[in-house]
Parts: sequence; C-alpha cells; structure tokens
Amino acid sequence: MIQILIRFLVGGAVVSVFALIGDVLKPKSFAGLFGAAPSVALATLGLTLATKGASYASIEARSMIAGAIAFFIFASLVSWSLMRYRFRALWVTTGAMPFWFAVAFGLWSVALK
Amino acid sequence: MSMPVRVDGSALRDSKWSQYTLRFLFGGIVTAIAGLVAQHYGPVIAGLLLAFPAIFPASATLIEKHEKQKKEKKGMSGTVRGRQAASVDAAGSAMGSLGLLVFAVIIWRFLPAHSAWAVLIAATVAWAVVSVFVWQIRKRGIRRWRGR
Repeated sequence: MIQILIRFLVGGAVVSVFALIGDVLKPKSFAGLFGAAPSVALATLGLTLATKGASYASIEARSMIAGAIAFFIFASLVSWSLMRYRFRALWVTTGAMPFWFAVAFGLWSVALK
Repeated sequence: MSMPVRVDGSALRDSKWSQYTLRFLFGGIVTAIAGLVAQHYGPVIAGLLLAFPAIFPASATLIEKHEKQKKEKKGMSGTVRGRQAASVDAAGSAMGSLGLLVFAVIIWRFLPAHSAWAVLIAATVAWAVVSVFVWQIRKRGIRRWRGR
C-alpha cells in the first residue's frame, strides 16, 4: 500500500512538472511536445529500477514502444478532429481514448504477447 | 513569419489550483495503476501504460478554455480559436510521441547492460532532442508550403 502511495505521489509530481513547463511555453505546437513527455514513464521506471531491477524495467520499456505508437495515433486523431469538427476538446480527447487502448493492446496481441 | 519559442507565464496566472490538482491526480493515478497492473499482469502489460495519455483531456480542456477566455475579453467569440489552440497543442503532442518512442527504444535496448540512471537520463535527453527536431522539420515544412 505504501509503495502504491509513493507511486501516486511521485507520478503526480513528475507529471505536474512537465505539464507546468508545457503551460508556460509558446507557441502552442511547441508546448504540445510536453503533452507527450515521458512523465509517467520516468516516475514508473525510476521506481521499478529501485525495486525490481533493470531487466524488469527493460521489459516495461519494450511494451512502452506500442504505447507510444498508440499515443501518436491518438494525438494525431485528436488534432485532426478538433480542426475538422465542432466538438469540445474534452469530448474529443475522451472519445478518442478507446483508440489508444485499441492500438496499444492490438500491437501487444500481435507483437508482444 | 513563424513565432519563436518563448516563455509566457500568463497561463499560470489565469489557471486555478483545481486544474493543477486535477493533473496531479491523473498523473498519480496512472502511475499507481501501472504499478498495480505490473503486480497482477506483469511488466509486458504494465509497460503499455507508460505511454498512456494521462493528462491529455485535462490539458486540452485547459488550453481551449484559456484561448476562449482571451478572445472573449476582447469582445469576440473564442469558441473556434479555443478549439484550434487545443488542436495545435495535440499536433505538438503527436510530434512529442515520436520522441517518446525513441525514449522507450533506448531504455529497452540499453538496460540492463548499462548504468540504469545514465540510460534514463540519456533517454530523456533523446526524447527532447527528437521531439524538437521533428517540431523544427514540421515548422520548416509549413513555412515552405505557405511560401508557395
């Protein structure tokens, strides 16, 4: 339980730092780079390295490649949809979330399983 | 002419603490879930979550709101502008995700043979370099396309 709490606090802090950096940068397309910062990865891999070792972290990183490809498709879809249609950002981003899961788990079942 | 990269603190002044708390919560929850998933299903499934767009909806909503408010202060409707700003930010994140891909490849290929912390730092630097490089290429491409 304590380990989960530590993960929560470290993850929240790292994600917030990258989000704040993104907030103060202009232009928006450059600031957007920080929306795909390895914040959750740094927090998780750092804690994994300390508790379970480098081999375990390496396996997580291999799967992360599929997650990153899914992120690219998700973010591209969100960008296109917001420019093309008149939906609110919250609806588009949450509505596109199943695509991230579909691509990430699709790649997992094809290449990583 | 394209806008140079600069620091602008106005977004921090206009934001509420609740918006930052929300992003802290999302980031913390996804990191904690990744740990729980690793415990129950192993590192292969948990690794997918390391590139989960955890704070994306919260950030996009925040950007849309800020841009909308800016326009409305000038007496104009900011709905379209807000949506466009969120779209441009998402395009930036798509470019950043290519850096994220390189980050993951470096960690996968260089652990456990090399110093873990050196690999983490090198991968983070690679994320930044690749992301900015892709952003520069796209910027030049847009400039050339507009110049036609």
